[in-house]
Amino acid sequence: MTSPIVPPPKKDPQQRTRIQTLPAGARSRAALGLTAAAAEGRFMLQVCAECGAVQYPPRDACSNCLSVDLPWKDIAPGGRLIAETTVRTSTSTYFRERTPWRVGTVRLDAGPSVICHVHGDVARNGPVHIINRLDKSGQGVLFALPAERTQNMEDDPQLRELTANPKFRRVLITDGRSENALALAQAFAKAEASIIFIGEAEGWRPYKHREALRAVPSVQLVPLDVTDTSSVTELAAEIGGKTDILVNNARFMRPGGIMARGDTVFARDEMEVNYLGLMRLAQAFGPAMLGRGADGGNSAAAWVNILSVYAYANMPALGAFSASSAAAYSLSQCLRAEMRPGGIRVMNVYTGPTDDDWHQPLPPPKVAPSALARAIVAGLKDGLEDVFVGDVAQDLIDRWRAGPKILEREMSENDGGGA
Amino acid sequence: MNVHAQKPAALIGDLALALASGAVEVIDLTHTLDPDFPVIVLPPEFGQCARFRMEEISAYDHRGPAWKWHNFTCCEHTGTHFDAPSHWISGRDVPNGSVDEIPAERFIGPVCVIDCSAGAKANEDFELTPQIIEAWEAEHGRIPAESWVLMRTDWSKRRGAEYLNMREDGAHSPGPTPETVKLLVDGRGIRGFGTETVGTDAGQGAHYTPPYPAHFFLHGAGRYGLQCLNNLDRLPPTGAMLIATPLKIRNGTGSPLRVIALVPSKDAQ
Repeated sequence: MTSPIVPPPKKDPQQRTRIQTLPAGARSRAALGLTAAAAEGRFMLQVCAECGAVQYPPRDACSNCLSVDLPWKDIAPGGRLIAETTVRTSTSTYFRERTPWRVGTVRLDAGPSVICHVHGDVARNGPVHIINRLDKSGQGVLFALPAERTQNMEDDPQLRELTANPKFRRVLITDGRSENALALAQAFAKAEASIIFIGEAEGWRPYKHREALRAVPSVQLVPLDVTDTSSVTELAAEIGGKTDILVNNARFMRPGGIMARGDTVFARDEMEVNYLGLMRLAQAFGPAMLGRGADGGNSAAAWVNILSVYAYANMPALGAFSASSAAAYSLSQCLRAEMRPGGIRVMNVYTGPTDDDWHQPLPPPKVAPSALARAIVAGLKDGLEDVFVGDVAQDLIDRWRAGPKILEREMSENDGGGA
Repeated sequence: MNVHAQKPAALIGDLALALASGAVEVIDLTHTLDPDFPVIVLPPEFGQCARFRMEEISAYDHRGPAWKWHNFTCCEHTGTHFDAPSHWISGRDVPNGSVDEIPAERFIGPVCVIDCSAGAKANEDFELTPQIIEAWEAEHGRIPAESWVLMRTDWSKRRGAEYLNMREDGAHSPGPTPETVKLLVDGRGIRGFGTETVGTDAGQGAHYTPPYPAHFFLHGAGRYGLQCLNNLDRLPPTGAMLIATPLKIRNGTGSPLRVIALVPSKDAQ
């Protein structure tokens, strides 16, 4: 079993905040396939299209037949630890600060032997379950978990380096008025977040679930309006240094494309909230989070954007909203690049239609607030960068990957083809 | 109106001196343009009143070393603001119905203040009725033509959610009945009507016939509105002068503005 982590002590104000160091981040272009798979928490390796040989490490030509047709495929995660060692010192600053560090070689049931980080509960020569996760450099690395669950296994210090588990962390949910705010707060309370700050815009206007929000353990309502720079700046000045996970659930949407509306008023509101809101939050909270990536057990860990999957391909019935989502998606890539030196994970959670007032006339399937909240907490526990919640989002990204132009043409028909 | 014994030049000169000496006091009837100040809330499928927002362009820094300035955005009807006739469908064909067309002399004039603060304190849906107007006139004299009439409710002292006082059946705040607005417009020929609440109409004004009677009758007759006024408790019932000059916005239906009143100083009396 793993020793359970304990609530981190209050910060010693005389100690310098530790600066985030990073594990080696250089990869070949071929090896970045592992990173792309890790972004979604998938264990994938190249599999030769001609001879079927599973490849490891990633390469440009098949180790068996020299074919260059090596598509990435999901691989069965089972294997056995055949060699292991515990590193007690290292020339890498990152690992030197984190020793002892367990590494080993696992023979996969799928064929090759892989080098991986090893969970403390894996027995010598024991069966393992391989996962592929992003490290603090944002690169895919393989990690061997025990094949059977062990007690407190999430608390393994090496595993925690690869995840953004909300346990004992302080979370800011930016929009308390959102219909998903209550489900998010409840999910983070269940995940044992130590404080759940919830931003509340326009306190002069009531909303129906306010009392229910206040009743969730560890919730603190704080004034925040992502369209108001002064409000964002003031809140960041107060709690930016103890915001470990920021979940931006602020969203403005109205139905309609270009000509149904005939003006730019709602489109401007969509950009103000969905795009500039993200920018304001990132400018205000980003620097403080960047500086706290290695700040102990409740270090800054992750930034979560909830985005419409129509960021990838415009849904004309929600055309202007889709465009603002695309802008936010693009900005999230910039944020990811800027957050990377601090080891802060930027996780985008993409949804199709959500179960709320603005999608009320749409038929199911729609993503329920509770499903969205579960996906966010699970994604943080897995340290993911990209999460597609629900059938519509998953179907759309599959079609986008198969052919964006084909998808664009499908989206212009009947409400998005298969969606 | 009686022709004043004094010549205009002497009148203005005396007023200027009285302002300088403090014998005439200037009261600011304006709320600060603040991002968190309430605006009217409509059903979300309708277009909404933009909140006041401000973005720094530079602040003596790398973006502009010796100067500080901001861009700000808002609606014509954000904060303490003026309603022009073209704001309402009843006033869409009124001549000189937009703020840029209104003659400047209409922005300054006499003002009558009707104190409804006790009633509004007791009843958040308090109605200004013709009987109240008539009782006020019995005490202070007939409301002169071309004067502003302000409904004092002390609503400007409310903060946060108490201001709009929004519930599931809508906002609850005081305002005039349709008959009252007709009396003021047709019977007295007022220039405009002003309130401390977010609109010239009551919070439940949509349920009158016609809906929003103050907007409907005032603007249909080419009269003006002022709302979100402040400090009305510092005005005398009569004898003050109101100055309300909206921004000269082309085809503007209203404008945030600084509303001030000139009143005789209590000390000088």
